[in-house]
Amino acid sequence: MKYEEVVARFEPVIGLETHVELGTASKMFCGCSTEFGAEPNTQVCPVCLGLPGALPVANEKAIESTIRIGLALNCSIASWCRFARKNYFYPDMPKNFQTSQYDEPLCIDGYLDVDVNGETVRVGIERVHLEEDTGKNTHVGTSGRIHGADYSLVDYNRAGIPLVEIVTKPVPGTGALAPEVAKAYVTELRDILRTLGVSDVRMEQGSLRCDVNTSLNRAGEEWGTRTETKNVNSLRSVERAVRSEMLRQAEVLESGGTITQETRHFQEQTGDTRRGRSKEEATDYRYFPEPDLVPMAPDPEWVEQLRKGLPELPAARRVRLRDELGVSAEDMVQMTNAGVVELVGATIDAGAPIGEARNWWLGYLAQKANEREVDPAELPITPAQVARVIALVADGALSVALARQAVDGVLETGDDVDAVVAARGLQVVSDTGALEQAADEAIAANPEVAEKVRGGKVAAVGALVGAVMKATRGQADAAAVKEILLRKLGVEG
Amino acid sequence: MSDLTRMTAAEIGALVAGGEVAAVEVAQAHLDRIGSVDSQVNAFLHVDTAGALEAAKAVDTARANGTVLGPLAGVPLAMKDVVVTKGLPTTAGSKILQGWHPPYDATITERIKNAGIVMLGKTNMDEFAMGSSTENSAYGPTHNPWDLSRIPGGSSGGSSAAVAAFEAPLSIGTDTGGSIRQPAAVTGIVGHKPTYGGVSRYGLIAFSSSLDQAGPFGRTVLDAALLHEVIAGHDPRDSTSIDGPVPPVVAAAREGAAAGSLAGVRVGVVRELGGEGYQPGVLAAFDTAIGTLRELGAEIVEVSCPHFEYALAAYYLIAPSECSSNLARFDAVRYGLRVGDDGANSLEEVMSLTREAGFGPEVKRRIMIGTYALSSGYYDAYYGQAQKVRTLIARDFAVAFERADVLVSPSTPVVAFGIGEVVDPLTMYRNDLCTLPASLAGTPAISVPCGLSDGLPVGLQIMAPALADDRCYRVAAAYEAAAGPLTFPEVTA
Repeated sequence: MKYEEVVARFEPVIGLETHVELGTASKMFCGCSTEFGAEPNTQVCPVCLGLPGALPVANEKAIESTIRIGLALNCSIASWCRFARKNYFYPDMPKNFQTSQYDEPLCIDGYLDVDVNGETVRVGIERVHLEEDTGKNTHVGTSGRIHGADYSLVDYNRAGIPLVEIVTKPVPGTGALAPEVAKAYVTELRDILRTLGVSDVRMEQGSLRCDVNTSLNRAGEEWGTRTETKNVNSLRSVERAVRSEMLRQAEVLESGGTITQETRHFQEQTGDTRRGRSKEEATDYRYFPEPDLVPMAPDPEWVEQLRKGLPELPAARRVRLRDELGVSAEDMVQMTNAGVVELVGATIDAGAPIGEARNWWLGYLAQKANEREVDPAELPITPAQVARVIALVADGALSVALARQAVDGVLETGDDVDAVVAARGLQVVSDTGALEQAADEAIAANPEVAEKVRGGKVAAVGALVGAVMKATRGQADAAAVKEILLRKLGVEG
Repeated sequence: MSDLTRMTAAEIGALVAGGEVAAVEVAQAHLDRIGSVDSQVNAFLHVDTAGALEAAKAVDTARANGTVLGPLAGVPLAMKDVVVTKGLPTTAGSKILQGWHPPYDATITERIKNAGIVMLGKTNMDEFAMGSSTENSAYGPTHNPWDLSRIPGGSSGGSSAAVAAFEAPLSIGTDTGGSIRQPAAVTGIVGHKPTYGGVSRYGLIAFSSSLDQAGPFGRTVLDAALLHEVIAGHDPRDSTSIDGPVPPVVAAAREGAAAGSLAGVRVGVVRELGGEGYQPGVLAAFDTAIGTLRELGAEIVEVSCPHFEYALAAYYLIAPSECSSNLARFDAVRYGLRVGDDGANSLEEVMSLTREAGFGPEVKRRIMIGTYALSSGYYDAYYGQAQKVRTLIARDFAVAFERADVLVSPSTPVVAFGIGEVVDPLTMYRNDLCTLPASLAGTPAISVPCGLSDGLPVGLQIMAPALADDRCYRVAAAYEAAAGPLTFPEVTA
């Protein structure tokens, strides 16, 4: 069935559950570091390993971040709430229960407005709650899954990292736009989280993870049975997952079948979803209030302070970019389509001029994102790092070519701009002696070009500039090189 | 020098601090005593001869270097095996933890070490503190020094027997529903359950988190108070620990004994804790104790706590529910026993086989009851309802404490019974009838010896409002001074 036929015959209802790893320095219930990428099982202690006798102590910063997220999503903040234990057995869970929240979440009943094709869709927020992450299993063997693995390894570095779960209300009425609304919601949410500075929101590193609920019903009928699609690891996948699940469910329903309430796994390669656990096999989590922690009762005055301290959120920033900084309507559309509005805004906020910020994100960085098949925001470079590159170019410390090498270095290594510049020896060659010599060599090697320039065809000097730049591995200031060449050839620039 | 093992902790502490006796000598005397009687008593699961002598030597060295020693420096202590001790085996009386050497110390272990107290070893207990007789230990029962064919109480039976058999002047127990007070009562010693949150639970292998409290055993009220003061006080690693001053228990014990009067103290006799099901000899000893209190000038009033009769039912829902979650971590993945890991069994099978082999029948019974009580659809009827009963019991206490400064009852309905005599779990559970209300309300209670029934000790329970632990000690010390010491039997090789 074609997508057009699906949306002609069925109405989709979507819902999203997003997990965000908070960027706190220490874990949710102990003092261990949360840094990504350390040697397995080096950031652990009796508490996050769940050793007998160990007890949790809640991370106040994580509670604060959760409240700020709730406020940014227009939620009510509970005046009193508790943690609860979610009980189930899995080897990545040190205690075989996850300390989470159940019927008493920290934030409830908010909304987030997202723009899709110039239309505003309001996505209701059911709840925002705080919990702890699990460890990470690696199943070694051909399948890569637990069944049939030769052996499995568990890394508990991630166990206990604060995790915020953001659950939307069901979103009906989006019709054919459902996949785009889902993507736009996660994008906007990610931009808000980044603006709040509560997480590095890297989908590829798993610090932002998304489960997508989808159901279909015929017009005028009750909502259909929903499936929950997991393993949706990029913004692009959010859209693809909803679309493919709509197509699959429509096929089933059209052929007279019924939809089973189940968990499905998105397949990055094929773009379809595969069956996981069905709800009949689902665990009874036996939630009960966590007796090792005291209830949380955020002081309303503190919550008010947090509300006042919220930064300018992306929607407001978009308005400001357009109205105050004079980004043209055309540029806004282009930037929106490329998914870089937020990035440009943040780069400007980090000190870069509008034009440069726009050019980098729509140009070189968009190209890099394309090569990697990720969204620009998923590139491992921050707006602040881009602003730094732009500043180095403005200061004359880097040429544009060098600046691109610096960006490449950041993307490859994850190091900071200045570290990359230092490590790779990226600097404009301002040693005039060396440039003079390179210019002489270029002229000697290209006598015909040199003759043309002497003869008045000044534009031909470009080839000589190129030769010098090549000889200096791009580390020279092209304008200075041109000036030297013209002087040597006796032509005024 | 008279027999060091017959001295009180206070006496030993004074002799060591005054340089009249070496801590090493004291430790050796107790190790010798353990060597001669413990084959019959079986109070210890692990005797740490080298560690004890080393700790004692450190005390002697500190004194030689001019350090002023604390009141319990150089005093030996027996530690219940549910408390985590770095590098020393810690099994909680279970096979599932056989061979586990914890990498960290419980807070109370740290405090005991810092006070210069000499830890002799780890004592036997009902598996995971579930029981009233120490028969549920995976390592064989402990024998009551008063009659080796009888139980020493439980779950802290190893700790109570060690003190009653003069193997140690002090020991640590933990009390969830009576596991300090009942063993103290049936072995003729003093045991106190502090206010919930008064003593850190960090490093106590959890049975029921909302009920567990560690507390002291001694042969005198003052000894128990001295140890109480060492282990009590706020611990930032336990969120449920009380951030406030420790009640002045040592001063209260001294004053109570010195004053020789309880004039102006209102003692409430709880009507519901007596009568049917209580042995006549126990009731007779209790009545005599009331007479003594009256002679001391106390005003005796009768109080009614109508909801106490539901304490047993509520306790046997709350404690198993919490334990079903707390004990989930024993799954063969990270530490302790692992059964069936032969490459053919799946992860789930290894977990099941390990838990099948590693847990005893009483532990399995409670895990199953708790799993059922927390399951979806039953939560409100069982766990939720039990929590409401808990609130009603706390209200009963509040009302009673308007009319009385302390409440009294027998500590147990019966004296020590024979090993193997009680097979029915419900009959066993009734041992905790008198002790459960204070556990559920989180209020402090002490058991002090009050004579014999057919040659076996009876305990007097004195209960006080939360944070008023000192009242328990004051009344107990006054009573002890008036009633005079018990004459302990000889355990001979």
